[in-house]
Amino acid sequence: MMREPNVKAWLGPLLAAVFAIALPLALRAFGQVFYVSFASQVLIYALAATSLNLVLGYGGMVSFGHAAFVGAGAYVASLLLHAGVDSAWIAWPAAMAVAAAIALATGAISLRTRGVYFIMITLAFAQMLFYLANSIKAWGGDEGLTLARRPALGFGVDLADELSFYYVALAILAAALYALHRLAGSRFGHAVVAMRENETRAEGVGLPVFRTRLACFVIGGAVGGLAGALLACHGKYVSPNVLHWTQSGTLMIMVILGGVGRLWGGVLGAVALLGLERFLADFRIGWLAALVPNYAQHTSLAVGVVLLAAVLFAPRGLAGWRRARDG
Amino acid sequence: MAEPLLSVRALAKRFGGVLATDGVSLDLAPGELHALIGPNGAGKTTLLAQLAGSLEPDAGSIVFEGRDIAALAQHRRVAAGIARSYQITSLFARLSVRDNLALAVQARSGSSFVFWRPRSAEAALFEEARSIASKIGLAGREDVRADALSHGEQRALEVGLALATRPRLLLLDEPMAGLGPEETARMIGLIERVRGGTTVLLVEHDMDAVFRLAARISVLVNGRVLASGSPEAIRGNSDVKRAYLGEELAARTTSDPP
Repeated sequence: MMREPNVKAWLGPLLAAVFAIALPLALRAFGQVFYVSFASQVLIYALAATSLNLVLGYGGMVSFGHAAFVGAGAYVASLLLHAGVDSAWIAWPAAMAVAAAIALATGAISLRTRGVYFIMITLAFAQMLFYLANSIKAWGGDEGLTLARRPALGFGVDLADELSFYYVALAILAAALYALHRLAGSRFGHAVVAMRENETRAEGVGLPVFRTRLACFVIGGAVGGLAGALLACHGKYVSPNVLHWTQSGTLMIMVILGGVGRLWGGVLGAVALLGLERFLADFRIGWLAALVPNYAQHTSLAVGVVLLAAVLFAPRGLAGWRRARDG
Repeated sequence: MAEPLLSVRALAKRFGGVLATDGVSLDLAPGELHALIGPNGAGKTTLLAQLAGSLEPDAGSIVFEGRDIAALAQHRRVAAGIARSYQITSLFARLSVRDNLALAVQARSGSSFVFWRPRSAEAALFEEARSIASKIGLAGREDVRADALSHGEQRALEVGLALATRPRLLLLDEPMAGLGPEETARMIGLIERVRGGTTVLLVEHDMDAVFRLAARISVLVNGRVLASGSPEAIRGNSDVKRAYLGEELAARTTSDPP
């Protein structure tokens, strides 16, 4: 209703955009092109985590099977490229469509359950896909598929170039964040949050709970599928690991770490988690090494220690940290 | 009686070995305020839930405006014109009064499948939310979070959320529960203003309020309608006295239960 002073609201995103645009140029200037590729991976995970945040954070649907949609998107894009379909304009929308269809089918069943049953059934569906991908020879079985090249985007953009790929991923993430911002402010977004806050009353005032949640689940699945397609194109590789439950877990950790139900939650979580892993792997941290035995083999354990600290000191996630300290 | 707005026939609901609703038949005339009373555990809330659609009856029919709605989902019954309030306050606790009411208005007016247009641009929606807020005595409190309201204000918002759906049949489940005398008087005032325009089924333990508001009263005992009639008829009914009022009076003469 009341318009917030817009300068303050746009300052953070503006700074983030400037930073994200300048980052690969700076990395190239310092001859660290490897990190451009890594940054693209962070952007893709940010997209995947953001799509889960719509479902889990805004919708309050604790889905433990988001890897199903990411993985489905990855496989669809890979199989299309493998079959000689070179255009990203076909591969990526197809990945979204298939992921959305899987979300529609699994959501129609799992959204009839609540609480821990919902968590388990979404996990079960994802694991079914995991074993399916493992068993189908034409999909590469447990070894996965290696792609000869990245798809073609046209318009003079060469996705094989790390910088170009980075900016494409950045543009997609920015579009997704803007879409989430619009969605959260729309009637649909308000309805979805209302159902998270009080499902009984939402139905009681006449909101169609099941249909609305299913639509939210499908949108989240479709965007997750897009992230999966980007992931496969980025690494030129897909394997059943992308469907493994630990992938779902990683995305959940990103959302919880970044901020559940906050616009920037998925982005902050992905940047923090992947950045931390990279940092701990590339630079030996003396005091942590002293704390954790066999540090070199146990960077993930070290990540766990840092995560624990983050949850203790920023229980509402990184996006909610400042607000928590203010209030 | 003219064509009833709501006509319930032989409604039954069983929980395990307990018949919570045991062949209930009930007619509500358009515009009447019908009170439903009965001792604790009589099945009043269970009956209300079946009328509202959150609980599926095992048998029987519910005809609203000439149409059997017994198989209709709750949100569709709200769209058809039946809204309920809850005995245990059930609000969007972390949202403001304005957002609480706006959600109910949005559910009624147009689709919630609008994904892009900001809801904040819908002046009419918030104008209506504001007018309901003032109707239920929460003018000037629109920015307060629902969980920060006093108990009396929460009970008012509880009824307001139902009113915001513009029901033709309003089901009120103990709206006076836990209210002090002053707040009760305010709630009675609110229901009096609603009455007439909207048909009301009122479940209530406060007998003063019931006898003041109701045109007709039905007494529910063990899931069955023991008696149905004018307040005078109910007051004079010996079965009712024995089953319900006697117990109530007995309780009053010792001390008010908490």
